[in-house]
Amino acid sequence: MELFELTAHELKDLLQNKKASAVEITESVLGRIDSVEGKVGSFITVCKEEALKRAKDIQDKMDKGEATSLLSGIPMALKDNMCTEGIKTTCASKMLNNFIPPYNATVSKKLFQEDTVLVGKLNMDEFAMGGSTENSFFRKTCNPWDLERVPGGSSGGSAACVAAGEAIFSLGSDTGGSIRQPASFCGVVGLKPTYGSVSRYGLVAFASSLDQIGPLTKDVTDCALVMNAICGHDPMDSTSIKTSYPDFTKALVNDVKGMKVGIPKEYIGEGLNSEVRKSVLDAVEVLRKLGAQCEEFSLPITEYAIPAYYIISSAEASSNLARYDGVKYGYRAEKFTDLIDLYKQSRSEGFGAEVKRRIMLGTYALSSGYYDAYYKKALQVRTLIKNGFDEAFSKYDLVLGPTAPSTAYKIGEKMDDPLEMYLGDIFTVSVNIAGLPGLVVTCGFDGNNLPIGLQLIGKPLDESTLLRVGYTFEQNTEFHKQRAKI
Amino acid sequence: MDYELVIGLEVHAELSTKSKIYCSCTTEFGGDVNTHCCPICTGMPGVLPVLNKKVIEYAVKAGLATNCEIARFSKQDRKNYFYPDLPKAYQVSQFDLPICKNGYIDIEVNGEQKRIGLTRIHIEEDAGKLIHDEWDRGTLVDYNRCGVPLIEIVSEPDIRSAEEAKAFLETLKAILEYIDVSDCKMQEGSLRADVNLSIRPVGQKEFGTRTEMKNLNSFKAILRAIEGEFKRQKTELEYGGVIIQETRRWDDNKGTSYAMRSKEEAHDYRYFPEPDLVPIVLEDSYIEEIRSSLPELPEARKKRYMEDYALPEYDSAILTSSKYYADFFEEAVKMSNNAKAVSNWIMGDLMRILKEKEMEASEIPFPAEYLAKLVKLIDSGKISGTIAKKVFDKMFQTKKDPEVIVKEEGLEVVNDEGALVGIVKKILEANPQSVADFKSGKEKAFGFLVGQCMKESRGKGNPQIINKILKEELEKL
Repeated sequence: MELFELTAHELKDLLQNKKASAVEITESVLGRIDSVEGKVGSFITVCKEEALKRAKDIQDKMDKGEATSLLSGIPMALKDNMCTEGIKTTCASKMLNNFIPPYNATVSKKLFQEDTVLVGKLNMDEFAMGGSTENSFFRKTCNPWDLERVPGGSSGGSAACVAAGEAIFSLGSDTGGSIRQPASFCGVVGLKPTYGSVSRYGLVAFASSLDQIGPLTKDVTDCALVMNAICGHDPMDSTSIKTSYPDFTKALVNDVKGMKVGIPKEYIGEGLNSEVRKSVLDAVEVLRKLGAQCEEFSLPITEYAIPAYYIISSAEASSNLARYDGVKYGYRAEKFTDLIDLYKQSRSEGFGAEVKRRIMLGTYALSSGYYDAYYKKALQVRTLIKNGFDEAFSKYDLVLGPTAPSTAYKIGEKMDDPLEMYLGDIFTVSVNIAGLPGLVVTCGFDGNNLPIGLQLIGKPLDESTLLRVGYTFEQNTEFHKQRAKI
Repeated sequence: MDYELVIGLEVHAELSTKSKIYCSCTTEFGGDVNTHCCPICTGMPGVLPVLNKKVIEYAVKAGLATNCEIARFSKQDRKNYFYPDLPKAYQVSQFDLPICKNGYIDIEVNGEQKRIGLTRIHIEEDAGKLIHDEWDRGTLVDYNRCGVPLIEIVSEPDIRSAEEAKAFLETLKAILEYIDVSDCKMQEGSLRADVNLSIRPVGQKEFGTRTEMKNLNSFKAILRAIEGEFKRQKTELEYGGVIIQETRRWDDNKGTSYAMRSKEEAHDYRYFPEPDLVPIVLEDSYIEEIRSSLPELPEARKKRYMEDYALPEYDSAILTSSKYYADFFEEAVKMSNNAKAVSNWIMGDLMRILKEKEMEASEIPFPAEYLAKLVKLIDSGKISGTIAKKVFDKMFQTKKDPEVIVKEEGLEVVNDEGALVGIVKKILEANPQSVADFKSGKEKAFGFLVGQCMKESRGKGNPQIINKILKEELEKL
């Protein structure tokens, strides 16, 4: 097996036993990028030289016994909406094509402190808006399992690079499913943590009340390791939760006996692809055989989650993206007549169609006369959805369902129908609306050998339960061992 | 027809916190352009605000000092609009749940007390500053002021005249200075007001259509703007016109206002809760702690001056109208032990010069100790009252210790009888007519001769001694 195919915890063992060096691992990953990136297109920026230099420095530190983190020397990549000091952070937009942040996001800083090696910045839907990574200004990313298909989105680059072995792990951001759906499409593990448990400082905002950074990894063990590195209270983010966070590796226990699992009827009904349904129900059987108590229940307002989500996220986005005016940084139109025209031309030329669509939708929803009818209503739905989950969690330890209605679809297939694309978020958005953690692990493959993701939803700050169930599922199945063949 | 003014004021006060509202940049005034800013206050992609706790404390203080209810739960909202000095393209402010509401302050106009209601006090961030001059190809932006914390104090439309507006602003300014939450320097923009003004025929209950004049930053401009806008609206109505609800800019140089934008084209700010900031939840104990830390307020201090220093109400009111005057007064009294004299100096010469030079109470150029010394120099008979006025002016200009001024310029009273006898004799010789008048019983002539002697001594002669010598010499004649 090549080094790039391994997990972080496997590589950690090799590093500790001096069977591989940080430089060798980084070279292996960079070599993999060289050979497959032309086909997959996970990256916007590859930091080859910096990565090699850093790997060397870290190896030196390790030799002196100084770099002792469990992730020391592990090559990783970041979605291109997380700020990296001195390295372009574009959000896959023409608007930020030339933006080099003067500071690091808290997650970047934390991972650098863990002595990981940044190999590059990953492709995504522009400003994290989209479900297929087709809305990038730079390129389309292809699904490593079938290069004619989308990797999902908006963290498509983050999922594809891990599936293709172009990084050992990556970080994505999840506003309505943007970590979990691409994890499902690309057959990797993806965790959207509890809102407020991973700092958003330095994450270029899409919808502030929903955005959350999380890991994409090859297995649940790596997911726990990365979570240990990135979560925690951050004084720079006032929505960051002050609490003592557990050691997530302690949750890696192969046992679900007596655990109560609820399956929302609404999640396995109409609109769900039959192969996906079968895999999810098979997974339920696996857990049941291992001693979990699984039953169906009703999560009534599921059908309103999508409209509420698109109102809230677009409203916040319209405000968050207003600062891109062509004046202070980023793209500026070449021709304009006055200040207002400078704003108009720069924004018209700098933003892509999907971003403009959502800015207009959000501006409309917030405007006086419509606020009560749309935004306020959406907030009311938000409360009802939270209440629905609260009730579920009074009975169940976790909620289980599919991640997406289908497996990865063909590139271009849904591009002309944004509404159809929005419906792909049906099983994921409620989790963001309620601020809950959601973990995706692979639970099967369809007839085209495309991965199917199982979604586990937990109580706030109860990532440990999700990791435990995910880990148990992995230990009793073989799906996570399969690798995309490119 | 007689018309009545209806005025509501929106006062913006910059808080005197050391750092900005959402980051740790300094709020100091007057730094080089764009040196007091960071990625957070300039709204770079990815940054997040974190609320400065001091801002809450200061806002609560202001609310308690103005009899407001303090909200146990409030939140911050985004006010969205494009403007070059607003880097995020939204201002974080408070919309439906301000931190303080339903307060009042009592003002006094022409000896009558009146209560002006306060609708609310909320916190918000200031914007940057546009520099239009010195550059002919565009406008430059200075972001130093971005994120400086403000409180906006909104009054009820309870004000009925320019005098009341003035009294309201002066009282409010005094309170804010006293509780030390703002330095209230109007010329630096740390206190500025928007005037909402309408007029209605006397006796009519309904309000007329109002206009809003923005960002007035001197008392003079505010008063002139009120008078000017009153006249404009009155003329408009008398000639059968209608008042349009609009924002107007007051041009203090021309003494007129002009329309900026009408309601039809007014901004839709698309307020919504700021998702990057959690709600502000205040405990009763926190509010009580601040309440108990409030200093003596102007009204209480005024009463104390009347009792402790036996000053008239009028004097006490003026001295306590600004914390700077009051602190200055008390310090000078402590060192000179002559409250009446100190009060006279402050209310007389000091305020006169400050007014002439268009300076504020906060800008008194010399320490209270110097005024105390000056009073002591007079009380001990070392200088005369006339000389003291000269010394005071000099002290204001040069910021020198009055004792030094007196010594350097040789201004001490001459008590030497020998020297004064010479002067008296000289004056008697030069004014035979006055001497004759005195001899024939005209008492007034004596005063004239004293004056001449004082003049001859260039004010330095001890008047008592001159009096004595003059009497003696006149008797000899």
